[in-house]
Amino acid sequence: MKKVFRLQDLDCANCAAKMERAINKLDGVQSATVNFMSQKMTVEADDSRFCEIIDEIEKVCKRIEPDCRIIR
Amino acid sequence: MKYVLSKKEQKNLLRIIIALCAFAIIFAVDKSINLAAAVGGSLGWLLPFFLYLGVYLTIGYDVLWNAVRHIGRGQFLDENFLMCIATLGAFALAITRGIGGLDAEGFDEACAVLLFYQVGEFFQNYAASKSRKSISALMDIRPDSANVIRDGAVQTVDPSEVGIGETILVNPGERIPLDGVCVKGTSSLDTKALTGESLPRAIETGLPVISGSVNLTSQIEVRVEKEFYDSTVSKILDLVENASDKKSKTENFITKFAKYYTPVVVALAILLAIIPGAVTREWAVWGYRALSFLVVSCPCALVISIPLSFFAGIGAASKYHILIKGSDYLERFDKANIFVFDKTGTLTKGNFAVVDVCPAERRNEILELARIAEQGSSHPIALSIISEYNNQVGDGETECDKCDGFTVTDISGKGVLATNGATEILCGNEKLMNEFGITFVKSDKVGTVVYVAQDGQFAGSVTIADELKEETPSVIKQLNDMGARTVMLTGDNDEVAGEIARRAGVSEYRASLLPADKVDEAEKLIAGKNKKDYVCFTGDGINDAPVLMRSDIGVAMGAIGSDAAIEAADIVLMKDDLSGLPLAKRIARKTMRVVYQNIVFSLVIKAAILILSAVGLTNMWIAVFGDVGVAVIAILNAMRVNGKYKAQKQIKCKSAL
Repeated sequence: MKKVFRLQDLDCANCAAKMERAINKLDGVQSATVNFMSQKMTVEADDSRFCEIIDEIEKVCKRIEPDCRIIR
Repeated sequence: MKYVLSKKEQKNLLRIIIALCAFAIIFAVDKSINLAAAVGGSLGWLLPFFLYLGVYLTIGYDVLWNAVRHIGRGQFLDENFLMCIATLGAFALAITRGIGGLDAEGFDEACAVLLFYQVGEFFQNYAASKSRKSISALMDIRPDSANVIRDGAVQTVDPSEVGIGETILVNPGERIPLDGVCVKGTSSLDTKALTGESLPRAIETGLPVISGSVNLTSQIEVRVEKEFYDSTVSKILDLVENASDKKSKTENFITKFAKYYTPVVVALAILLAIIPGAVTREWAVWGYRALSFLVVSCPCALVISIPLSFFAGIGAASKYHILIKGSDYLERFDKANIFVFDKTGTLTKGNFAVVDVCPAERRNEILELARIAEQGSSHPIALSIISEYNNQVGDGETECDKCDGFTVTDISGKGVLATNGATEILCGNEKLMNEFGITFVKSDKVGTVVYVAQDGQFAGSVTIADELKEETPSVIKQLNDMGARTVMLTGDNDEVAGEIARRAGVSEYRASLLPADKVDEAEKLIAGKNKKDYVCFTGDGINDAPVLMRSDIGVAMGAIGSDAAIEAADIVLMKDDLSGLPLAKRIARKTMRVVYQNIVFSLVIKAAILILSAVGLTNMWIAVFGDVGVAVIAILNAMRVNGKYKAQKQIKCKSAL
């Protein structure tokens, strides 16, 4: 399943790149892009565990950029 | 368009201004009367220390807080943390000087570093959100609601809630929310936002309407044919919004570079503090130099200015109704130097028209004979003869009185024979004339020639050809002048193709191609090119989706309403105007130039600062000015891309010839 999320308060382009790398390393994530310019994240991940994976992603993002929130 | 700062940004700006003012006052007073000396005594340094600390905390409390939070999460190479180390380190050095009884100095530096760092951050945010806003404003075609008629009553709902087959009501001034067909009313639609066409499009019952256009004059009812997610407007919005997802090679290079840059600089800083420090025992000197390293360790200027440039390029293009699906394509389009065109509908208007009647003095008579013979046909050639006759001879009358009584016999592959008993009309190609043994004057005109004979006597010939678009020759000339190869693909025979190619000015053509051959031909061009060449195929999106996909860059033009083309192409010219092509090329060229300028400029300045700080020729002031300055200049440079592109400036391709 592929889904697009809006990211709020993603203020740093380098952090966006870091987040993208970290998310792509997560288990079950097929592909992910974090777009600093459009403040959006596109995630393609296993259908069966999608919600779990998004929770994981949220944790990863929190670690890299504590202010940034994923709007779902 | 005026950009309004958000609450958060306003607060930040205010904070920066207050801190800057306070800093300026303290700095001026300190430099003129030396606060530490004014107080005197061994604890004199405490006065400037506390004053500067006040400013430092005002401007940097959030940076400090973020640094603490990041450390808690194990992010040691976070920019907040590095900034804190650099500035706190500078404070610590100044304090040791103060305690040691030396001149109290260095507090100002620590404070300034953080202050200018914040100024830079603010500017980056401002620039990014400003260009974000300007692009979303350009694409302000999203309909807010739809008035759907359910059980005889009008309900206002979200466009995504309307299903296929439902009827929606569109009032004048409203945006059409979904694609459909007009079922009631007549009006005119403003499609400017979609196609760049400034003339309103007339709409009446039975005609399709495209979502995203604005209803101008009167209320219409529309039967919905596509769900919202499938409608033109959401397709276009999707495309624009996700354009920057497809990252270019340059962007990927920069993010990769940034990944290594910070750790390397930090490692160098540590080495710089320890090794020469241990050798010379001048810990303070080398520690200070190491701290300068940390000031320039953030790669943000680079990381932000590159995507910003691409984003601005895509935005600039969309202003001219050119949709570029990703920075990747912008980068590749800049390199495109083999331009392949489909003839019909791209270089030419795609509608056949009578271009010549021979002999000219019997024009009306010949057209009338041909009109009679072609009466029942729906072949494009017949249609063009009929419309020419109706418009030029019959004063727009569509009925044909003279046609009555004629029986038309189709002679397959050759033409038609029409007879009413008294007179017999032959209308067709050379083979038809030969078959009936008619001596005819062979036409030397280029196009499809229709010979007309009456009662066994040759009457004359009508030449039908596809018309070249007005802008075609100048566009092709611009591309040729850029040093590009221009190739035309067509199904026409060699003679016709050659003539059109000559008039259009293309450097090569391939004739007599069946639709399937076009893919092969494109494949051949792609296979035969050099590694550095990029093949750009331009088509109208009808039947050429496979070629659009196969070429390095596919450009679909006038594609509104053709979903296949929008999906298959990498660049969409929404306006059915070929001159979008050289324009897009200029935008791509400018974007790439700015991108390279920013990369080189940022890297050179950063490297220079690093080297100069290592040998002690700079101080932290210069480091922070260099760092923030580079960011600001790179961003300003990036925003230059989103300017005006009016002048027909000539650019050069890397030659493909």
